[in-house]
Amino acid sequence: MKRSKTLALLSMTLLLAACGEKGAETLDRGADPKLPAPQRGLLPSMKIAEPSAWGDQKPTVPQGYSVTAIATDLKIPRQTLVLPNGDIIVAEGRGGSAAKLKPKDVIAGYIKAQGNTKVKGGNRLTLLRDADGDGRYEVQSVFAENLNAPYGLAFANNKLYVANQDALVSFDYQEGQTQASGAPVTVTQLPSEINHHWTKALTVSPDGRYLYVGIGSNSNITERGMEAEVDRAMVWQIDAATGAYKPYATGLRNPTALAIQPGTGQLWSVVNERDELGPDLVPDYLTSVREGGFYGWPYSYWGQNVDPRVKPENPKKVAAAIKPDYSLGSHVAALGLDFSEASMGEKFADGVFVGEHGSWNRSDPVGYKVIFVPFNNGRPAGEPIDFVTGFRDADGKTRGRPVGVTVDPRGALIVADDLANTVWRVTRNR
Amino acid sequence: MTPVTTANPAYRSPPGTLHAILLAGSVPLFLGALLNDIAYSNTYQIQWSNFASWLIAGGLLLCGLALLFALVNLVRARPKTGQPLTYFLLLLATFVLGLINAFQHAKDAWAVMPGGLILSVIVFILICAATWVGFNPRMGGVK
Repeated sequence: MKRSKTLALLSMTLLLAACGEKGAETLDRGADPKLPAPQRGLLPSMKIAEPSAWGDQKPTVPQGYSVTAIATDLKIPRQTLVLPNGDIIVAEGRGGSAAKLKPKDVIAGYIKAQGNTKVKGGNRLTLLRDADGDGRYEVQSVFAENLNAPYGLAFANNKLYVANQDALVSFDYQEGQTQASGAPVTVTQLPSEINHHWTKALTVSPDGRYLYVGIGSNSNITERGMEAEVDRAMVWQIDAATGAYKPYATGLRNPTALAIQPGTGQLWSVVNERDELGPDLVPDYLTSVREGGFYGWPYSYWGQNVDPRVKPENPKKVAAAIKPDYSLGSHVAALGLDFSEASMGEKFADGVFVGEHGSWNRSDPVGYKVIFVPFNNGRPAGEPIDFVTGFRDADGKTRGRPVGVTVDPRGALIVADDLANTVWRVTRNR
Repeated sequence: MTPVTTANPAYRSPPGTLHAILLAGSVPLFLGALLNDIAYSNTYQIQWSNFASWLIAGGLLLCGLALLFALVNLVRARPKTGQPLTYFLLLLATFVLGLINAFQHAKDAWAVMPGGLILSVIVFILICAATWVGFNPRMGGVK
């Protein structure tokens, strides 16, 4: 029986090794995070949100601020946009059609689905209106439907631009409309084969000439093959008038939200980095996006840290990789980004809000909140501040998962919650 | 005078049809996984690694069911030594290491290697040995 005992012991040890990756209590965030050595047990650490209803509870906001649900029972709200007249557009849907290539995809897919809403994606845009300015959005109307997993939203040139999972489209828009006047016009097709990371982030240059679309990779770390990564993990610059496009920056694994910095016109992005290298690797990040810049994926992370899972290697690309500006912490899953302004109050006037959907690949979950990253002289400076929390409690009950965040110039932060199918509005008390 | 065994007990008979299919069927599945791992090592083409993952899963299914037969065999054996025990332990080792290999193959891209290839070699040798012993019930000290 000795042999079987040894084997049993061996397998137990390996399983324990997998469970042992606890991770640092405080995340290494900021401009210069300390990165531990990669680690991966026999099984990846997984801790999935246990969905639970909000009931009478609400998210927690800083003192002097209040939060209200301005729309509920939506069909998976992801990103929001505030139109010039104060109306809010909400993109609702769920995309992705990635085939299950390995037994792992079947099992992990099932487990991860437990932490998401069971509602079917709306594939539509909903318009919310508060005509009298009392903070109650009394009008809720379907602006457009039958879209294909709409996600990124932008407004310019009297047009509402929508990044579906397969195409960038536009609707003509006149102030006051509650419904689109016709079918959308395709500006340009977007890469949509497989669509492992299906969300297409969107923003527009201040002059309305260029649209920027974030296109995520087709795998965690090339496990669907290099061929699947053509035109993936990059930001496209698209000419709004002609639909002509070019890669603007590459090596960004999953650029889930884009925003233009007021004043400078600089493009910024939050990017979700690779999994299965341990609880404190690899940091998701906030970065200014340089034209022509390469940010590492898949060959390396956070500058020149080579990822040994990628073959064949490419030392030239590794050498060229730009180090991102600001670490948000590993696995937080940043999905929302917007620049703040003075109307948000003195403490939160200069900086960005970031919506963090929350982790799965970490035994001690992180994210599940909206943070504020303060800026100074146009650059991130200092520790992030929690802005909206309470989405997940200590015993794992998860009531919501923040996605898009949008600053309403009237002095409010709009937060889309794709687990509770709710849109939250955080305002400063007056 | 030594007692003469007139009946051949079940645990000393060769595996029955279903048991034989499960046991022998595991061999080409684990061999296929090994060959695909070699192909992936040589080409970096991920599809070979996907094939290996499914072949290991298939091997584990057949080998796991054969393991149940081997266990029943062992439970019925008197004494619980010799061939029934050796066969069971070899098949158990194949299954456990095969399962570890399945987890190893669930890692992304090149993270499967080199551990996956090494495990595939070991598992293939083990299943060959287990099958050899399993089909020869009079081996291993039974007089």
